[in-house]
Amino acid sequence: MKRIALTTAASAAATAAFAAPALAQSLDESINAAFASSTGWFVNLIFSPFPGTSFPWIVGWLVVAATIFTVYFGLIQFRAFPHSIGLVKGDYSDPNDAGEVSHFQALATALSGTVGLGNIAGVAVAVSIGGAGATFWMILAGLMGMASKFTECTLAVKYRNELADGTVSGGPMYYMTKGFKERGLPGGKILAVLFAVFTILGSLGGGNMFQANQAHAQLTNVFGDFPGVITGVIFAAIVFAVIVGGLKSIASVTEKVVPIMGVLYVLTALVILGMNANMIGWAFGQIIDGAFTGMGVAGGVAGALIQGFKRAAFSNEAGVGSAAIAHAAVRTKEPITEGFVSLLEPFIDTVVICTMTALVIIITGQLITDPATGNYVLNEAGSAIQTVDGNSGVALTSAAFSSAFGWFSYILAIAVILFAFSTMISWSYYGLKAWTFLFGESKGSALTFKVIFCLFVIIGAAASLGPVIDFSDAAIFAMAVVNIIALYLLMPIVKKELNSYLSRLKSGEIRKYQ
Amino acid sequence: MSNTIVVAYDGNDSAKRALAFAVERAKVISGNVVVAHVLEWSPYKFLTPQEIEERHARRQDELSRAEAALLTPVKEEYASSGVPISTVIKYGHVSETLIKLATAEGAVQLIIGRTGEGALSSRLFGSVAGTLAQTCPIPVTIVP
Repeated sequence: MKRIALTTAASAAATAAFAAPALAQSLDESINAAFASSTGWFVNLIFSPFPGTSFPWIVGWLVVAATIFTVYFGLIQFRAFPHSIGLVKGDYSDPNDAGEVSHFQALATALSGTVGLGNIAGVAVAVSIGGAGATFWMILAGLMGMASKFTECTLAVKYRNELADGTVSGGPMYYMTKGFKERGLPGGKILAVLFAVFTILGSLGGGNMFQANQAHAQLTNVFGDFPGVITGVIFAAIVFAVIVGGLKSIASVTEKVVPIMGVLYVLTALVILGMNANMIGWAFGQIIDGAFTGMGVAGGVAGALIQGFKRAAFSNEAGVGSAAIAHAAVRTKEPITEGFVSLLEPFIDTVVICTMTALVIIITGQLITDPATGNYVLNEAGSAIQTVDGNSGVALTSAAFSSAFGWFSYILAIAVILFAFSTMISWSYYGLKAWTFLFGESKGSALTFKVIFCLFVIIGAAASLGPVIDFSDAAIFAMAVVNIIALYLLMPIVKKELNSYLSRLKSGEIRKYQ
Repeated sequence: MSNTIVVAYDGNDSAKRALAFAVERAKVISGNVVVAHVLEWSPYKFLTPQEIEERHARRQDELSRAEAALLTPVKEEYASSGVPISTVIKYGHVSETLIKLATAEGAVQLIIGRTGEGALSSRLFGSVAGTLAQTCPIPVTIVP
C-alpha cells in the first residue's frame, strides 16, 4: 500500500504542503468538520489499540490471520515458493494459450498496485520510530502475509463471474456470495455488500485522494509551493484519459516505467549495500539486536514489533482483499495457480523492497546511536529516534539514498509521482469492480464511478483533508475485517484445491511444457 | 520424409508472393502448405488491470479477425490449386514462433516474404527475415 497515513509526520507534511487557495481551504474546513464529527467513531473503532497497549487491534487481526493461514496450509509460502517461480517463468504455461494474460503479467500488475509509497516512506517511519529491530518484525509479517494472499487470490479466481462477452469480474464480494452459498453459510450477501462499500470508500480515499495528495507534496518539494488544484486537474485529466478515454499509451508508459523505477530502486539500494559490504553483517546485527532488545526505542521490543508489523501490513495489503480483485481477472485453468503466483507479492514488496529501504537507512547511519550504550538517541519528545538531519518519512529515505548518490532525490521524486499514479489506476479498478457489484455491470454505472473517481483526484490534491483520509484508511482496513472473516469460513475450499493440485503435480498430470 | 512447406503470411504483397511461390514449390514436390500467421505477443508486456480483464475477449476477437480477413481468403483462393493447404494462427515472438512451428510440422522449408520494414528499425532490432535466415534450422527461402 502506498500510504504512510496514520503517521503524524505524513499528515503534518501534507498539511504544510497545502497552502491551497482560500476557496479550497474554506471548502476544506467545512468538509473536515462534517467528516470528523460523523466518521470519527468509525476511525477510532478500526484503529483503536488493545486495552492497555498502543497496538492497534486491526494490525493484530491481520497478523493473527496470516499466522493461522500459514499453519493451516502447512507453511505453503515456503513449500510452494519454487513452484511459484516456475509458474511465473511460464514453465507450466501451455504454449497454445499464448496471447492470454501470463502469470508474470498478473503478478507485475498486482505489484504495481502495492509497491510504492509504503515501501519508500512507510519503512522510513517504521525504522525511525521502531529502530532497526522493526525491520525484523516487518520481514516476519511479510513472510506470514504470503499465506493470506495465497488464500484470498485462490478464492477470487475460483468464484469469479464470467460475463457473456468473455470479460470477468471477481474479488472478495464474489467469493463471499458464491462461496458462502456453496458451503450453505448465511450472511454472504451482507459481507459482500459491506466489503464493496468499504472498497469504494478506500479506493476514493487511500487509493486516490491520498495518492494525489502525496504526489502534490512531492511536486512542491521540487518546484516550490503552488496551488494543489493545478496538480489535481492535471492528474485528473490524465486519469480520466486512461480510465474513461481508454487512452492506452499513458497507461502502458506508466506500466513500463513503474517496474523500471522499482528495479532501479532495488539496484541502487544493492549498490549502496555493496559499497558498504563490510557493514552488512553489522546492520543485520542491529536488526536482530533491536528486534529482541529494542535498543532503547519508545516502547522497547513491543514498540519495534508494532512498527514492523504495521508497516508490513500497510505495505503489502495481504488480507485486505484488494489484490484478489486484480488476480481474479486472469484466465487460468487452475485457480490455485493464481494463489501460488500471488504469494510472491508480499515477498517482493515487503521482504525484498521494504528490507532494502531499511538496510540503506541503517547502513548509511541515518539513525543516531549513543556510542556509550549502543542504544538509540531519542528526540526530545521521546517518540522517535533522532536522525541525522531530523528527517522522517520520504525525506529520511531520500537523505539515506542521497548520502551515497546525490542525484537520487530527483529519481525518488519521479518514482513517488509515478507510483502514486499507478496506484490510482489500480484502485480505480478495485473501486469500479465494487461499484458494478452493487449497481450493476452497465456502461452507465461504470462511467458514473469513473467520473466520481476523477473528481476525487482534484479534491485530494487541492485540499488537506485529514479526517477524510483517516476515514478512507479506516475503510481499507475495514475491508480486511470483512475479508478475513470470509477467508476463515472458506479456507477449507482452498485446502481441497491445494491437495488436489499438489497430488496431480506429484503424479505428473500437471507437468512442465518444453 | 514429409513434404510440408511452412509459409509465413501477414496479408501484405510480399507475403502474397511468398505464398504463391510456396504453392508452386509444393506442386513440384507434391507436398502440402501450412500458412502461418503470427500475432506479436510477449508474456512479459505490462498490462493495466482493465486490459487483463479484457484480454481473453480481445484474444478471441483478434483470432477471429485474422481468420476472416487473412486465412479464409487464402484457403478460398488456393482451393482449386490441388495443393493441400492448412492454416494456423499463433501468438508469440514472430521468428521464434515460426521456427517452433516449422520444427513441429517437420517442414522441409520455410518461406517468407521480405517485408518492408524500415532500414532504421531493421538495423536496430533486426528483421524477421534476417533473423530467420540466421537461426532457422531448416532451409529458408526469402521471397522479394
